[in-house]
Amino acid sequence: MTFLSDVFAQALNGLAYGVLLFLLSVGLTLIFGMLDVVNLAHGSFYMLGAYAGLTTIAMTGNYWLAMLVAPLAVGVIGALMERTCLRPLYRRSPLDQVLLTFGFIYLFEDLVKWIWGGKIRSITPPEAFSASVQVFGATVPSYRLFMIVFGLVMAVALWLLIERTRLGAIIRAGVFDAEMAAGMGVNIDLVFTGVFAFGAALGGLSGVIAGPIQSASPPMGAGILVPALIVVVVGGLGSLKGSLVGSLIIGQAETFGKAWLPGASMVIIYVVMALVVLLRPQGLFGRALK
Amino acid sequence: MIARLLGLGALVTAVVAFPAVAGAYPVKLLQEILIWGVFAMSLDLLLGYAGMVSFGHSAFFGIGGYVAALALKSSPGALSALVVPALVTALAALVIGLFSTRVSGVYFIMLTLAFSQMFYAYAFQVAWLGAEDGIIGVPRPTILGLNLGQATPFHLYLITLCALAMLLLWRVVRSPFGHVLRGIQENEGRMEAVGYAVRRYKLVAFVIAGTIGGVAGSLYTQLNLTISPDAFFWTTSGEALLMVIIGGTGTLWGAVLGAAAFILLQSLVSSYTERWMLILGATFILFVLFAPGGIVGALRRRARVRT
Repeated sequence: MTFLSDVFAQALNGLAYGVLLFLLSVGLTLIFGMLDVVNLAHGSFYMLGAYAGLTTIAMTGNYWLAMLVAPLAVGVIGALMERTCLRPLYRRSPLDQVLLTFGFIYLFEDLVKWIWGGKIRSITPPEAFSASVQVFGATVPSYRLFMIVFGLVMAVALWLLIERTRLGAIIRAGVFDAEMAAGMGVNIDLVFTGVFAFGAALGGLSGVIAGPIQSASPPMGAGILVPALIVVVVGGLGSLKGSLVGSLIIGQAETFGKAWLPGASMVIIYVVMALVVLLRPQGLFGRALK
Repeated sequence: MIARLLGLGALVTAVVAFPAVAGAYPVKLLQEILIWGVFAMSLDLLLGYAGMVSFGHSAFFGIGGYVAALALKSSPGALSALVVPALVTALAALVIGLFSTRVSGVYFIMLTLAFSQMFYAYAFQVAWLGAEDGIIGVPRPTILGLNLGQATPFHLYLITLCALAMLLLWRVVRSPFGHVLRGIQENEGRMEAVGYAVRRYKLVAFVIAGTIGGVAGSLYTQLNLTISPDAFFWTTSGEALLMVIIGGTGTLWGAVLGAAAFILLQSLVSSYTERWMLILGATFILFVLFAPGGIVGALRRRARVRT
């Protein structure tokens, strides 16, 4: 393998990881923009999605069905969590909400251990994408190519949804000024629940997508949360564009770090984050800080 | 006042005399409560007084723990056990604080969290810190001619240091400096307008809290004779936050109560069931939802109802 094809293969790996981070961080960023909550349980949604997918596949043998069922199941859990626990806290300081979601990390992780056991489980990729393909002299698992295409399609779809539809306009109005939106006749309570459930569902979806390359285990939720938060810090809280650009940067930094600087690989993404915060505290595409 | 002093005296006597009446395991639990109590208390200085929600306090616990482990292995004395860990953590807190206090609110939460994870990642990866196993076989020091390898001198040493750290924090929050921190928590903009250098106050609070957190980490190494990367992991910060919230924020002694509740509950529950994390998570959620003032808040409400 030549140097260039090696670089190319790494870049594709980084892109696959990047779109995974994008699906996760976009939920985080939407929830924050709307509800002003940093949802620390977002990694738990990712974990729940992976396990829901695992069970669906075990029962039906159909990966595509898992991609549908898992987000729905996790979305319902998210909606319940918002309605019963987060809603009573909106009038309190945002800190209480952050801490509440922290409690849910323990709850969800132990529930998963209880139901599925603590062992590492793997999800087999769908039949159609189980082989590898040659691209520019590099051998790439075709599942990763599927992930990249799927992630980019999702990015475009989300952009269209938020910028070009009536529903998106309502969401943007809610992010900008929830009280005013409510005054204009928007049922803001419903929008809050909807956005939280939607973000949770995206987290669950990313768990299923990640399954075939990262395998499922109970601590996976607490593990992925930190890179996802870094993406949000780098891209800027509440910004869809920031979430996309941040994911791609962090995905590449992590992957190339692992390949070229194995001694310092885990630290690189933090260096990237520190640089961004130093030069632009609100993140690349974030609103200016108050 | 006199009743309070008497109560405090009785409590100290009970803690000091505890090994005379209890077995090795309860004594170890008490010592853990003291160390985590100091750690949670130092976090309460940030959370309950300056209004800074740090999810990265584990960085200082870990730094204190690792520095003590390395230093004690090369020379087991007071310098290695206390002075060097405290100085190194103070320096680390200064650097992290310079970055983190540039931002506030959720950005502060995420930045502190990321910094502590950076240390976790580093400690987990490099060989000179023992990678994922951490550092094991740390000797206990000899200080002022006392061999702390023995149980009784170690117990007294631990109590003395924890009491000093708590006293120091108590003095800090009651000083004019502490009142400025309270003011910042109430209304940062107004304090700025009145002419206080808010960022500098926050930085100093961050360094004080970090340094004491580092001392707690160093004591933790000396108690367990080992330290692993888990000390850095962000859930360590989260657990300290749990202790502060369960006990009651902005009260200092609530943090110690919270640490005691956390550790006793953990040892009690895990002897009956494996579902400790589930119960912990649920307890915590219930506290946030229904008892935001924590144990101290509930006690105070009851006291008010009676009078």
